[in-house]
Amino acid sequence: MQGSVLYNLGFAAVVCVACAIVVSSSAVALRERQVINQTLDMQRNVLVAAGLAAPDESLEPDEIEARFAPIRQVVIDRETGAATEVDPAGFDPRAAAADPDRSEAAPPNNAGLQRVADQALVYELRDDGGELDLVVLPVHGLGLWGILYGFVALDADLDTIRGLTYYEHKETPGLGGEVDNPRWKSLWDGRKAFGPDGAPAIEVIKGLAGPPADDPYRVDGLAGATMTSRGVTNMLRFWLDEQGFGPYLEALRTRRDG
Amino acid sequence: MAKTRDALIDPLFNNNPIALQVLGICSALAVTTRMDTALVMSAAVVVVTMSSNFFVSALRNQIPTSIRIIVQLTIIASLVIVVDQVLKAYLFELSKQLTVFVGLIITNCIIMGRAEAYAMQNPPGMSLIDGLGNGLGYGAILMITAFVRELLGSGTVFGTTVLPLASEAGWYAPNGLMVLSPAAFFIIGFLIWALRSWKTDQVEAD
Repeated sequence: MQGSVLYNLGFAAVVCVACAIVVSSSAVALRERQVINQTLDMQRNVLVAAGLAAPDESLEPDEIEARFAPIRQVVIDRETGAATEVDPAGFDPRAAAADPDRSEAAPPNNAGLQRVADQALVYELRDDGGELDLVVLPVHGLGLWGILYGFVALDADLDTIRGLTYYEHKETPGLGGEVDNPRWKSLWDGRKAFGPDGAPAIEVIKGLAGPPADDPYRVDGLAGATMTSRGVTNMLRFWLDEQGFGPYLEALRTRRDG
Repeated sequence: MAKTRDALIDPLFNNNPIALQVLGICSALAVTTRMDTALVMSAAVVVVTMSSNFFVSALRNQIPTSIRIIVQLTIIASLVIVVDQVLKAYLFELSKQLTVFVGLIITNCIIMGRAEAYAMQNPPGMSLIDGLGNGLGYGAILMITAFVRELLGSGTVFGTTVLPLASEAGWYAPNGLMVLSPAAFFIIGFLIWALRSWKTDQVEAD
């Protein structure tokens, strides 16, 4: 019996079914916890970009939720900048960017982007009177080894950067990976995103930049990571400009100035 | 009893999967920049080698010879996916840092090597011990490598500062090579050298 083709096929089928059951039941059983983890991780990164949590602070899930509670999530239309009716809880930006119905070919850019989603999930923090306190925008773009995903936070003036953080990247540890370094991240607070002409002017330079007051548009380069530094500049330029969050920021300005 | 002890202890020094068999080098380079990731990776490999050896051994008399490799792989792959899911659910931060390398345990030659070389010929209990021993042998090399790389590359041990960095008002200038993959090659090379100087029977004949 053993060694016959029928036996081999039968054995393979039994093994496959048994393994499939094990794999799928573990995936289903653990799904809920994984989704909670991902949500918390995202919220935590928004808090870090917004300066509401320290990068290396260890936070309990309750604490993250409490700090995140006042932040309003809005799905906006990228081209008009207007808020949409889409439920932020079910909105997956990466799925949207990959879906041909909800994305378009990216305009020529040097941020390494092929497709951009028509909609984007942004985070607004408003005070009790409804006045904007700060806004956190998702940014992503190509570094040296792959796409970096992160958030940039803008102050109520929609010009001053409050923070920049990356939650996913594949850069070289110790070199480009230093985008995670809390000291480098702290250099962003207080820089200006837009130049006098209103176009994005912020850039990561080679070498050292001055303090934000004297040198508002430039940030220290990452030593030994020219490509990563350039990638950070390119993605910020892309997302802060017209094809990115330009219309949304314009809408916020109009609303603020009445 | 002696046989059980040998199955457990042998892979640590006498027949170490990395140092003597020179298997599983790829992941040893990738996950050893920090000790916490190396520890989680070692634990994951121990669990997978143990259980894959156990299941392959339990089925060894039923597995048709002509399709045994793919059957072993199916079992190993399923176990790895389960481990990956558990890590994502309970150790999210570390699993994020380990990225694809947990999934790549599937292709780690140690696991398949032990399934084919040991579990196919030995009863489940002994195979389990053999898996544990080989997993620990892999883990031991990983932890030593990670200790050296993290200490010299970042000045920390398990994330706790031991050598204060010059850039953070300390005195230690970190060795940039240590955070890059080639450093693991050098360290593992030195370990193999040390091990073979101690146990000269491991030296290969010219």
